[in-house]
Amino acid sequence: MADYQTHEYDVLVIGAGGAGLRAAIESSAMGAKTGLICKSLLGKAHTVMAEGGMAAALANVDTADGWQTHFRDTVLGGKYMGNWRMQQLHAQEAPERALELEKWGAVFDRTPQGKINQRAFGGHTYKRLAHVGDRTGLEMIRTLQDRGVHQGIDVLMECTVVELLTDGGRVTGAFGYWRETGKFVVLKAKAVVMATGGIGKMFSVTSNSWEYTADGHALALRAGAELIDMEFVQFHPTGMVWPPGVRGILVTEAVRGEGGLLKNSKGERFMERYDPKRMELSTRDQVAKAIYTEVKEGRGAEHGGVWLDISHRDGEYIKKKLPSMYHQFKDLADVDITKGPMEVGPTMHYVMGGIRVVPETAMSTVPGLFACGECSGGMHGANRLGGNSLSDLLVFGKRAGEGAANFAKENPGAVGFDMAQVKRAEEELLKPFASRATHTPYDVHFQLQDVMQGWVGIMRTGDDLKQAVASFPSLWEKLLSSRVEGSRMFNPGWHMAWDMRNMLQIGEVVARAALQREESRGAHTRLDFPKTDSGHWESVNSKAAIVDGRIHVGTMPKPVMPAELKAIVDTNPA
Amino acid sequence: MSRMETGKQVTFRILRGEGDAAREVAYDVAAETGWVVLDAVLNIQAKQAPDLSVRWNCKAAKCGSCSAEVNGKPRLMCKTRLDDLDTSQPITVHPMKTFPHVKDLVTDVKWNYEVNRRIKPFTPAPNADFTYYQEDVDRVQEFRKCIECFLCQNVCHVLRNHEQHAHFAGPRFFVRTAGLEMHPLDTADRTDFLAKEAGVFMCNITKCCTHVCPEDIHITDNAIIPLKERVIDRKYDPLQWVVRKVTGKK
Repeated sequence: MADYQTHEYDVLVIGAGGAGLRAAIESSAMGAKTGLICKSLLGKAHTVMAEGGMAAALANVDTADGWQTHFRDTVLGGKYMGNWRMQQLHAQEAPERALELEKWGAVFDRTPQGKINQRAFGGHTYKRLAHVGDRTGLEMIRTLQDRGVHQGIDVLMECTVVELLTDGGRVTGAFGYWRETGKFVVLKAKAVVMATGGIGKMFSVTSNSWEYTADGHALALRAGAELIDMEFVQFHPTGMVWPPGVRGILVTEAVRGEGGLLKNSKGERFMERYDPKRMELSTRDQVAKAIYTEVKEGRGAEHGGVWLDISHRDGEYIKKKLPSMYHQFKDLADVDITKGPMEVGPTMHYVMGGIRVVPETAMSTVPGLFACGECSGGMHGANRLGGNSLSDLLVFGKRAGEGAANFAKENPGAVGFDMAQVKRAEEELLKPFASRATHTPYDVHFQLQDVMQGWVGIMRTGDDLKQAVASFPSLWEKLLSSRVEGSRMFNPGWHMAWDMRNMLQIGEVVARAALQREESRGAHTRLDFPKTDSGHWESVNSKAAIVDGRIHVGTMPKPVMPAELKAIVDTNPA
Repeated sequence: MSRMETGKQVTFRILRGEGDAAREVAYDVAAETGWVVLDAVLNIQAKQAPDLSVRWNCKAAKCGSCSAEVNGKPRLMCKTRLDDLDTSQPITVHPMKTFPHVKDLVTDVKWNYEVNRRIKPFTPAPNADFTYYQEDVDRVQEFRKCIECFLCQNVCHVLRNHEQHAHFAGPRFFVRTAGLEMHPLDTADRTDFLAKEAGVFMCNITKCCTHVCPEDIHITDNAIIPLKERVIDRKYDPLQWVVRKVTGKK
């Protein structure tokens, strides 16, 4: 062990966004020695970009709200694909998690009665989203960050995990490098929580940051975990479209929540044709497809988007409730949203699929490996409702932290790991420095983005998906021969070489799961199978795992919802 | 504002390397309409200099990662449009000066996290009633907009020129402290910290921090000056001292 710097923890949390921070806070509060790894600086994780709010049936604004309605909305929004138990726990516990955040110092916008204010959002029956203007994620991450550092969590900043360590089928830690120095580090742990977020960087038009390279999905898969629902990739209906430099940047759903109208080039409120009841506040999958269709049929705006207009509302109100949207459009696009419309179009935003976990403990199918937040699967089914991510992070972040701390207590002995695994990873990591090829991992990245955006995008066909699947062998070949230059010190080109492995592995899973599901449901639309199948495909989740060294994509029976919950879903509230 | 056409050649002079060996390297880029400086830097990284170190995350002015000095001015690269710069001349991009240089555009900002840890956390009374009104927290919410880009720390002359890192918390942490002190339900007293460890009186109100804040937080007027007043009231006003002794209030 003399070769490597080594840290030892009871619980190691990988990822320091909302889910990871909440998990680390819980595990450390339970007395477990907790390490928290972030790929970036603390407080910069993707949660910071969440805008519109966190869904919780607090019933502060619409008093008729309750967990049952939130549960029902989530089940319907996920097109019956979600794990009912996760959806139940989420709806029941979200209010408590929101109030707890307030006790820790989060300052939500207020109602006239001095309570947490709540706004309308797509697919939510009632005004349900606790928010702070349009910077709710920042409020959440800062609150958790400050809570966490005062609790004695050991934060390992700018550290990237490249492989999970295992011992006899159990996860026992992680192997990674410090971004700054390029030096390797071994992190031993009795339990590991994955909270690594999403996969967005494999698409070319995305609201996601550089960190979203499918690390957690790939690490868990390689450690023996199962992934479910990976064909369900959310395209947020409203990303910026123009100018080209800003393409894909998120325009919060809160614009529509605050009354924003979607119009095509003819000035028609086109949602009338797609979801006349809910109009702009339909679910994200519906709105994204509607915008895609309007543009495709020639009713798009100037630069291939549609118009989103909030300028009928009072200018000061807009600046107060949507301050960062006001500045984003003014500073980056020369558009004053208090005076005129914004041009918007779909942008890849979120992956519903992820690591399969036991709802109560958030443990994966591998002992000692837990998962929460975007990298876990099951909670959102085929489509996530806006606002359900921030609440998901807190509810299952807490449960994962608790689950991991308990696992560490129940398995108190020293952990071992396979040194050969570390050596192998090290060797692979250093290989590209010796390459003399002309292409770099960035070139492979751009190619993968073209494949995913072009063939595994918002509208899919079997032929396109087959082409996508067929392109992975050559992408792998190109990646493994690509060149890295410079030293190991803070070298993004070198980091990209490993991130790309994760993206290729998971990109292929997404494409194959999409090819397998021969129906259209939620965020997964097959032009060759346009109908939703209430038979076979409604009864199974897709499942990916490594079998005999190769990725296997198949299906598994979907857990059956108990009758009393089904009755809640089948009721029709006013 | 006139927009730059896609394809225009722009030269960037970026500080590359480590320590004394760091020097400017010129890169020519074919820019696209609407680009910000970060677009150019990431394009250079992908096409010409794969080992170019730079921090960034959201590319939407929400995370505060991509702070740098563009043509000598501290800015977020993701918010600095090429349209606002003279692109007929080379554009220089350097790391923040106040923090130890690591490599290329990356600096060591760990000190900030250490200062943050020394601030007494939010402390509501046990069983506090969390009913409070929007007007009670408008000011607190202004402070909580901070995205921790550390540009205010970078330009503050107490840190940049006088290097008082050991005795001065810097504008970012006065903003954070103000957000806690002015929270209607907080009961902790941070005046001792402010006066001694954080060195609030070393600030001589040049407002450089306010000018560079990408979130338009009125750091000096709304955070630092009221904090100074609070410390003076609490620590040095004899009448207030007597009142506190008698009433037991903070």
